[in-house]
Amino acid sequence: MSYIIPVGIVTGIGLLAGAILTVADKFMGVKMDETAAKVLAALPGANCGACGFAGCQDYANTLAKDEEHVIKANLCTPGGDSVAMEVSSILGVEFEGASSQFAIMKCSGSQDRTNYAMDYKGHQTCKANKLFYRGRGACEMACLGFGDCVNVCEYGAIRIENGLAVINKNRCVGCGLCAKACPNALIEIVPEKTRVVVGCSSIDTGKDTRQICSIGCIACKLCEKTCKFDAIHVIDNHAVIDYTKCKNCTLCAKKCPTNVIHVFPKPVNAAKQKAKPVVAEPSQEEASVQ
Amino acid sequence: MSIFSKHLPAVHVEHHKYTADSPTEKMPVPDKVYISMAQHIGAPCQPKVAVGDLVKVGQVIGDTEAFVSAPIHSSVSGKVTAIEKNLTMSGIWDLIVTIATDKKQEVLEGLAPPQVDDKDSFIKAVRASGLVGLGGAAFPTHIKFNPKNLDEVDSFIINGAECEPYLTADYRTMMENSELLVNGLKNILKYLKIKRGIIGIESNKAPAINKLRAMVKDTPEIEVMELKAVYPQGGERVLIYETTGREIPIGKLPADIGAIVSNISSVVALETYIETGMPLIAKKVTVAGNAIRTPKNIEAPIGTQVNQLIEFCGGYKRIPRKLIMGGPMMGAAIYDDGMTVNKNTSGILAFDEESASVPKETSCINCGRCIRTCPMLLMPALLAKAYEAKDVEQLQKLNVALCMECGCCSYVCPAKKQLSFTNKLGKRLVMEGGKK
Amino acid sequence: MGRFNQGSLVVSSSPHIMDNVNTTRIMLDVLIALIPAFIMSGFIFGPRALLLTITCIAACVVFEAGFQYLIKKDSTITDLSAVLTGTLLGFNLPSSLPFWMAVVGSFVAIVVVKQIFGGIGQNFANPAITARIVLLVSFATPMTTWPLPNQLLGTVDAVTGATPLGILNMGTDLAALPSNMDLFLGYVGGSLGETSAIALLLGGIYLIWRKVIEPSIPLAFIGTVFIFALLTGQDPIFHIFAGGVMLGAFFMATDYVTSPRLTSGKIIFGIGCGLLTMVIRLYGSYPEGVSFAILLMNILTPQIDMLLRRRTYGGVKI
Repeated sequence: MSYIIPVGIVTGIGLLAGAILTVADKFMGVKMDETAAKVLAALPGANCGACGFAGCQDYANTLAKDEEHVIKANLCTPGGDSVAMEVSSILGVEFEGASSQFAIMKCSGSQDRTNYAMDYKGHQTCKANKLFYRGRGACEMACLGFGDCVNVCEYGAIRIENGLAVINKNRCVGCGLCAKACPNALIEIVPEKTRVVVGCSSIDTGKDTRQICSIGCIACKLCEKTCKFDAIHVIDNHAVIDYTKCKNCTLCAKKCPTNVIHVFPKPVNAAKQKAKPVVAEPSQEEASVQ
Repeated sequence: MSIFSKHLPAVHVEHHKYTADSPTEKMPVPDKVYISMAQHIGAPCQPKVAVGDLVKVGQVIGDTEAFVSAPIHSSVSGKVTAIEKNLTMSGIWDLIVTIATDKKQEVLEGLAPPQVDDKDSFIKAVRASGLVGLGGAAFPTHIKFNPKNLDEVDSFIINGAECEPYLTADYRTMMENSELLVNGLKNILKYLKIKRGIIGIESNKAPAINKLRAMVKDTPEIEVMELKAVYPQGGERVLIYETTGREIPIGKLPADIGAIVSNISSVVALETYIETGMPLIAKKVTVAGNAIRTPKNIEAPIGTQVNQLIEFCGGYKRIPRKLIMGGPMMGAAIYDDGMTVNKNTSGILAFDEESASVPKETSCINCGRCIRTCPMLLMPALLAKAYEAKDVEQLQKLNVALCMECGCCSYVCPAKKQLSFTNKLGKRLVMEGGKK
Repeated sequence: MGRFNQGSLVVSSSPHIMDNVNTTRIMLDVLIALIPAFIMSGFIFGPRALLLTITCIAACVVFEAGFQYLIKKDSTITDLSAVLTGTLLGFNLPSSLPFWMAVVGSFVAIVVVKQIFGGIGQNFANPAITARIVLLVSFATPMTTWPLPNQLLGTVDAVTGATPLGILNMGTDLAALPSNMDLFLGYVGGSLGETSAIALLLGGIYLIWRKVIEPSIPLAFIGTVFIFALLTGQDPIFHIFAGGVMLGAFFMATDYVTSPRLTSGKIIFGIGCGLLTMVIRLYGSYPEGVSFAILLMNILTPQIDMLLRRRTYGGVKI
């Protein structure tokens, strides 16, 4: 008998609390759009912002509210085609393939090729280092090597090797967080088909670059002359590729005197399946191939 | 602020004023000077000379139409050999005029004292002298001396605190150019119609206090005020509070509460121009630090390279690992001894390996030292946490913009956190966050 | 210009000089301040007291090093904070406590209270206090069996009895209360490090002189106890010297991590500790309330910090 009363009291409290919660949810709960909830479930949930919205929830809400379907359903690059297809079917719009992209690194200045101008001992981030003169690199546009990009990458696709950020194309989903994090804007998001990359962003003159970096672009314009598609130009003392025009002919890379134009190997087969790990930084063999 | 004290918090930093008693030595003119066209806050100057031109001492070699600016004069006589873009002290690319000197130091013909008889001609003279805030900020002086509400200004405060350790250039100026200083202040009071002049000097410079007090004893409007020898008495807001008891409300300027602050050497340079017509072409610089053989106070032409100043001091005693332009609390570490003396350079310090080492940061133990010592009464420990969380709202709420980066918080932090630099990053984050 | 230098010069943010006070130095100062009390504990309770404290120190250091090794964090044992926690924990135990219980206490202090919350600077409550309370609740009898001071050094079988506060609490044998002089010197029953008011006072003055602690918390704490005792008709001198008030006020309540940042907050914190201590002593069933008072105020610290505002230069309250 003595057990029954406490058990009863506890059960009663439990029931009462449950009832209050149910009522509270009914009257005070924040209503979430059903479509938005479904879309959110379909999205990867990395909140990377590659779609251009403030996280997955924002994108899902915007899509759900967008009755006219002005906002495209394929903006989630990390999710790729599968997510785009799912989101399209939820929204009842026609499926468009997700534009697959990846990040490239426009600096090749590892420590065997260039040096630091200072022994930087402040806050160990690129952003902080960039507040001191031109950053610690001898070249103003050098990779600072503190890994601000590594820290923002949700997919573990970037690592620092010998003072240079190296992007693993296989893991990269093209969300672009690293590009935003780099104070030197060395990382660019390019279309999937891209195979030719200029590994330099130096703004110093060719003469100066030659003194501080053994691989840096010396703005000789050989590539510009070689290109048949008007796709590569020397702007601000370094070569810049216009990826809307580039046809991956790789002629520029063959002509480049400092071998700063890198070429990714061709994909093994034409299917979307991603090929064997390719690193967006020229390994020694790669450089010698060129 | 504590109700028990009418002083702002501060830190006791060892003074290290080893060069206080060494008279200023005039440095021989170097073979080449490199004069930056960006020696002030605001738009950089355009060169007014071309490669191959012969220039004389005091000749204008750079000027601009922009309002926030000051002209730049040649500090030597010689030939312009190059005008190239290069990295300036402020960390930006700008034009640097290289002049190969002829060592004759011929003064520009027609260099004469300016005609000064009222406020407008005085302000014009201030601009023509090329003066900028010589204490470090490099803000053009003629703008500072002519605020919109000049008639409300009742105190002109001269900053003779020189609270930075090691530096003694201002002290030497007070001792060696006291006449110019007092006359300069009198002129400023006269032409700007300001009632009271205050010279604030830290108590560790007693000879200067006594000397100046004796000189102004018949001038009731000028007062020499003794300040506690703590850091940072020389910060503008701190100095105004310690001398007049007034606080500058957030977002206001010193003139809004009736005060204008200027540096010792600025007043002396201004008076030199008014009396002789010679603009600002040389700067008193303290060269010190434990890697320097014989620390000295040097008067060097603007545009002299750091390594030449150090050679003049007998070179390095130990292998230098850190070179600082300015004082050790707020100065900037430079990575190249080819950088040059600018208008706002007040010291060059060289330190050896041991003094250059940056201690490892450990965890915050919430000791509250940074909070107790912040002269602006901020809470650096919380600001650092807010910055780590990238919380712009919190940073704004904690008033990060008020931080003057005096470095007191970093100095006292037992965890060796670089709090003052975190505040700088925090300020940037707020600025970026505001743009979006 | 020699722009292309070899990169040998160090560049870092200003200031380029720093005060020589670091975390290790602060901890060392506190340890130095505890030496008189440590020696007194040996005099009063015999060598076992010293051994018990040393056991706590060793256990704390081992637990800290071991835990940090396990979770692959940089070891922080060189900052001496674990040594300090061990010392304070030892000081809060009766000298007759079995050694294995002291080790359990060290585990609670270092692993449960400190490291799980993120190590130094992250704990929400004072590790030593919390460990003491855990031990008190878990092993009530050994934790409240107080050996009386052995007047002769080296007596093996210590006589046990009640602490002065215990006598007061039971309210039976008030004539057995020790004189205030005995309390001041510490020749009374109690936790091994808390009894000698003079030794703790010496240490506290050293800490204030070294500017390790501000006097605000100890003054507010002890002052409140004094006034509370005065108002309730108790002997105020007895109350500030008895029990753990001295140890708590100077060494436990002043722990940086778990006390408020601003001086005004520290004063509120100290008053709160004093009030709670006296309320527990006079109206609670426990004879002593310092540890509970400090623990409760530790938990309130974030709220105190949040509620107190500070006026910045230029007149904005933050």
